[in-house]
Amino acid sequence: MNSQKDYMMKFLNSGTRFDGRKLEEYRKVSVEYGVSKNAEGSARVKIGKTEVLAGIKLSVGKPFPDTPNDGVLMVGAELIPMSNPEFESGPPGIQAIELARVIDRGIRESKAIDIRKLCIEKGEKVWLMSVDIVPVNDDGNLFDAAGLATVAALKDTLFPKYDGVEINYKEKTKEGLPMSKEPISITVIKIGDKLLIDPTTDEEKMIEARLTIASIKDKTICALQKGGEDPLTLEEIDQMVELGLKKAEELHKLL
Amino acid sequence: MGKLIIKEKEVVVPGDDLAEGMDYLPGNGTYRDGEKIVASKLGLASVDGRAVKIIALSGQYSPKRGDTVIGKVIDVTINGWRFEINCAYSSMLSMKDATSQFIQRGADLTQYYNIGEWVTATITNVTSQKLIDLTMKGPGLRKLVGGRIIKVSPSKVPRIIGKMGSMVTMIKTQTNCRITVGQNGLIWLQGEPKDEILAAETIKKIESESHISGLTEKIEAFLKQKTK
Repeated sequence: MNSQKDYMMKFLNSGTRFDGRKLEEYRKVSVEYGVSKNAEGSARVKIGKTEVLAGIKLSVGKPFPDTPNDGVLMVGAELIPMSNPEFESGPPGIQAIELARVIDRGIRESKAIDIRKLCIEKGEKVWLMSVDIVPVNDDGNLFDAAGLATVAALKDTLFPKYDGVEINYKEKTKEGLPMSKEPISITVIKIGDKLLIDPTTDEEKMIEARLTIASIKDKTICALQKGGEDPLTLEEIDQMVELGLKKAEELHKLL
Repeated sequence: MGKLIIKEKEVVVPGDDLAEGMDYLPGNGTYRDGEKIVASKLGLASVDGRAVKIIALSGQYSPKRGDTVIGKVIDVTINGWRFEINCAYSSMLSMKDATSQFIQRGADLTQYYNIGEWVTATITNVTSQKLIDLTMKGPGLRKLVGGRIIKVSPSKVPRIIGKMGSMVTMIKTQTNCRITVGQNGLIWLQGEPKDEILAAETIKKIESESHISGLTEKIEAFLKQKTK
């Protein structure tokens, strides 16, 4: 296995990667809105061969007792075996949980959605938002793809008709979610002493450390997630954040 | 007298009747159902004497005796190695077929081939239960050190190799890369980063345009333009 890493390092040292991209080059990204009829909002994001679907379901329920005024956000990810032979079916594993939590944190901590406005009746009725993330094909960089898909799906969301008793899912109102910001997460990975973004599955196997940076348009950092086994120095973190913010700017234009 | 239902080079899908009567024999990608020969794959039908066969347009690799394949070590057992060769069945390389070196009794087999390493090997036998035996005794069969593996559709492998290896030789000389093509759709590449990326790109191009006639000329022009 080590010889494969040495071989990849040879490529990275000459400033290129196995697929011919530069270290700081993203693959082609496309965003498609409203791909699911039954979801209140949905989106499909493709980054190269990676393809991720995100869907939003809205329902009405009781708020948590400690936050009686707030709507509820739930993010779930399921890494289905169809997308990558290494994924197993069954209850979500550590990878799926991490993916869902990183996305959840990006949206929650950026305060992208004003959850106060999702309250219908204090302590009794609020809107519950369930975000479901499904990778259709995993060719690396699920974090960024899922983050982008989720934000796109949230933008696409329209409230269903609600008469105070029952939700009529068949009819959508024209009202969207109270969304003010668009958190975009960019994952920067470290292989050897090189920093790169948008890794493919081959590159993900060699990861020493990774940092996911969620930021909004004015370059405010909303969330960070460190992964991988190796530690990072302060300078490396600075470089990674700078790179992450720069690339987030490019992705913001796609939404 | 049997009757042929399809024409030569006609596209057939699984379930299509190809021929009637016992005069015809089912070949690759077909099976006999009573008096009829029926297609089991998507591809171009072809008649070779009495045998009716299908040249598959897609599909997974099915192991055949004599094929040279590229495989990855997934297990080291007491008497050999188990390989993953991009097919539904796993294959075995026994100690006696592994190397021309003498292997001491009780030697640590991982020093020859360790888990995760890639080799080229030839299939010596495929049983009816799809147990596959490999050998590494033969010209060009070796451990693949360095380089990387790319995957293509196994049905496109003949196009990548070309007539008498013309296509792959052309890529090798134009890009200065070392290339080994396995019948199972795995290709090993080694070269300078810039050249290797071009070789990989060329192979992907052949794979996606394999149906076009005059492909060799087209690829030649493509390589000339890129290496200029």
